[in-house]
Amino acid sequence: MTTNILALLPILIPLFSGIIMLFMGKRPVRHRVVSGITGLLMMLAAAFIVAHVFQNGTMVTYIGDWMAPFGINLVIDMASALLLLTTSVITFAVIVYSFQSIGIEREKYYYYVMVMFMITGVNGAFSTGDIFNMFVFFEVFLLSSYVLITLGGKKIQLQEGFKYLLVNLISSNFFVLGLAYLYSVTGSLNMADIYLKLENYDGSLVIMTIIAVVFLFVFATKAGLFPLYFWLPGSYYAPPMPVIALFGALLTKVGVYAIARTYSLFFIGNEAFTHQALLLLALLTIVLGSVGALAYTDMKNIIIYNILIAVGVIIVGFSMMDEIGTIGAMYYLIHDMIIKAALFMLVGFIIYRTGKADSERLGGLIKRHPVAGWMFLVAGFALAGVPPLSGFYGKFFIVQSTFDNDHYIAGLIVLISSLAVLISVVRIFMNVFWRGDMDFSTLKPIKTDKLLFASIGLVIVSVVFGLAADLLYPFFEMAASSFHDPASYASYLTEVE
Amino acid sequence: MELITIILSGILIGASVYLMLSKSLIRIIIGTALLSHGVHLMLLTMGQLKRGNVPVLDPEVSSYTDPLPQAMILTAIVIAFALTAYILVLALRMYKEIGTDNVEEMKGVPHDD
Amino acid sequence: MKSTLKKAGYSKVQKQVHDVFLQFTSKIVFFIIILFAFKLFFAGHYTPGGGFVGGLLAAAAIILLMIAYDQKTVAKMLPIDFRILIGAGLSFAAVLPTLSFLFGTPFFTHQHTYINVPVFGEVALHSAVIFDVGVFLTVAGAALLIIKLIAEEDA
Repeated sequence: MTTNILALLPILIPLFSGIIMLFMGKRPVRHRVVSGITGLLMMLAAAFIVAHVFQNGTMVTYIGDWMAPFGINLVIDMASALLLLTTSVITFAVIVYSFQSIGIEREKYYYYVMVMFMITGVNGAFSTGDIFNMFVFFEVFLLSSYVLITLGGKKIQLQEGFKYLLVNLISSNFFVLGLAYLYSVTGSLNMADIYLKLENYDGSLVIMTIIAVVFLFVFATKAGLFPLYFWLPGSYYAPPMPVIALFGALLTKVGVYAIARTYSLFFIGNEAFTHQALLLLALLTIVLGSVGALAYTDMKNIIIYNILIAVGVIIVGFSMMDEIGTIGAMYYLIHDMIIKAALFMLVGFIIYRTGKADSERLGGLIKRHPVAGWMFLVAGFALAGVPPLSGFYGKFFIVQSTFDNDHYIAGLIVLISSLAVLISVVRIFMNVFWRGDMDFSTLKPIKTDKLLFASIGLVIVSVVFGLAADLLYPFFEMAASSFHDPASYASYLTEVE
Repeated sequence: MELITIILSGILIGASVYLMLSKSLIRIIIGTALLSHGVHLMLLTMGQLKRGNVPVLDPEVSSYTDPLPQAMILTAIVIAFALTAYILVLALRMYKEIGTDNVEEMKGVPHDD
Repeated sequence: MKSTLKKAGYSKVQKQVHDVFLQFTSKIVFFIIILFAFKLFFAGHYTPGGGFVGGLLAAAAIILLMIAYDQKTVAKMLPIDFRILIGAGLSFAAVLPTLSFLFGTPFFTHQHTYINVPVFGEVALHSAVIFDVGVFLTVAGAALLIIKLIAEEDA
């Protein structure tokens, strides 16, 4: 009974809040209040879910009272629960950040409603246990993201938004195609059921490999994996900063989560090919992301290319599919969601304050904003994985796992990429905060208290997460178990029978 | 029967690729619509085409049709409908703002005047 | 056509062509389409039909009026903000499944019963109908909103 309600809350709270705001009409202040309260409620609900899953194990609820393999169900294991909690924290921070940055025009045109519908989709994709339902939730958050990317109607937004829409539309169609193939092979849509059926699969491996490649195409497009990240730097450059923070922190990570889920549950027959291909693509993503991050001086572009590096590192962890690798990937996934949102917000703060995005044209800002400057440095170190900050644990486990599996080159690339990340972020810090003074009279007089509150709040969350990583180890061990030991994920089905 | 629908969906997807590679916005949009039709037809085919059987699992009935692909297609069609509607509005706005529907002219980073 | 009209002496080209035949027929056809939309809507549990098709058809009927008359006339006939229509539809579709928690059953659980009504005989009552009303309103509202936005952009 309680499980029923609790598991659905992360989906229902933002949905209802969006509907309430639709009825309110164009009243920005009320929208702010409602969405702020929603963010708090979501954090509360997600925290309860994490505690519940930690005590009682995987939480399953059957929608419409249909039994497991036939109806749609929500399955929240530890990985989903942690992702839900992180999503809620980031959403709350971005909403607070939006109050002073998104602009009254966008707020009037249902900005918060679209954010809420997007979070509905993201939370749904994290918590569903049905592959077709995952497609539906993907479409829910993609539709909202199409609106968010074009909201405001500037030329660059329309142009890049159209490209973003087209790329995602094609990959969504391939998602349906992959589902069709998978359904014709297994005759089921429930992910745990598909795992149980494919465990004893003795048919042709070729068709399963084809399905794996189709799914990889779909999710690699969403996650921004080589060579399908071509759309990402352009499209993420266009919208305003809070939207980029949401997209960069959440949307690519949903793709990563989907890759991890499908590659741990479905494509277990031909790991020598599928997981090696995944590893290779992830490494190429890291290399090309590093090149991009080092090549630009525009702050937005640097952080956007850092998304690619992070996606690559996480996928390296998941492609190992052993215990240490998946624990590292889970650590790094959660860490990266928080720190990317924080970095985007800090960069956004600098851009809003100075009106310039090119780091070469700024300097000496530490005299005016010492707190923001040092927080940026801390966030940069965390991103690069300097111990004891949060990025270190994830990278440590991932590298250890690559060495365990004799993928020495992969481990080296991950390690060297940390250096590229460090250089790219510290260069922003040196240019913007440290160098000779810029003309301070060109600074824009904007209210900054909520901007800094949200971004510094997230940096502090990340620091605390890094310091408490040892305490949180049981949570992550539990979360990783459903990836490297998929039978534990599917156990709720076998227990029923 | 299955072979015919598979070939048909191949033709649809081929046509959609041709349309999406053209320069005009409206052709690209029609291409995306055709792509979704082809994919939905494929989904229907993958659930096996049978006629005249009941769509529910009943112990007394030995032969039944799988209703799930149709339910999935209905959902997918609704999503494709919403997407097509949105992309049409977006294309109209683009035509108004950028002043062209030729994709070739939409290169580079535009700036607002 | 524009230049011909100008030659004929029209200084301002009229945007809306008043077509008597179209307007007269659409008045009648409108009701036929709306009634068929409701028939499809109520057919939709055991037979083909349902909220989505019904909503689209109802929207099509109103769009026919928009073609025959113009935006302003239709706005006078139907003084509804389509955004509110979408909101109402969504709240129907979201609140009803949530209510099932009050009865201790999972989300979206379906309740139904049969009652005898004097004229119609045995009638099936489903809680899913309320959800379908929500779908109907959302689909009709969304379709109309999009057409309205495109038409306003063009004007």
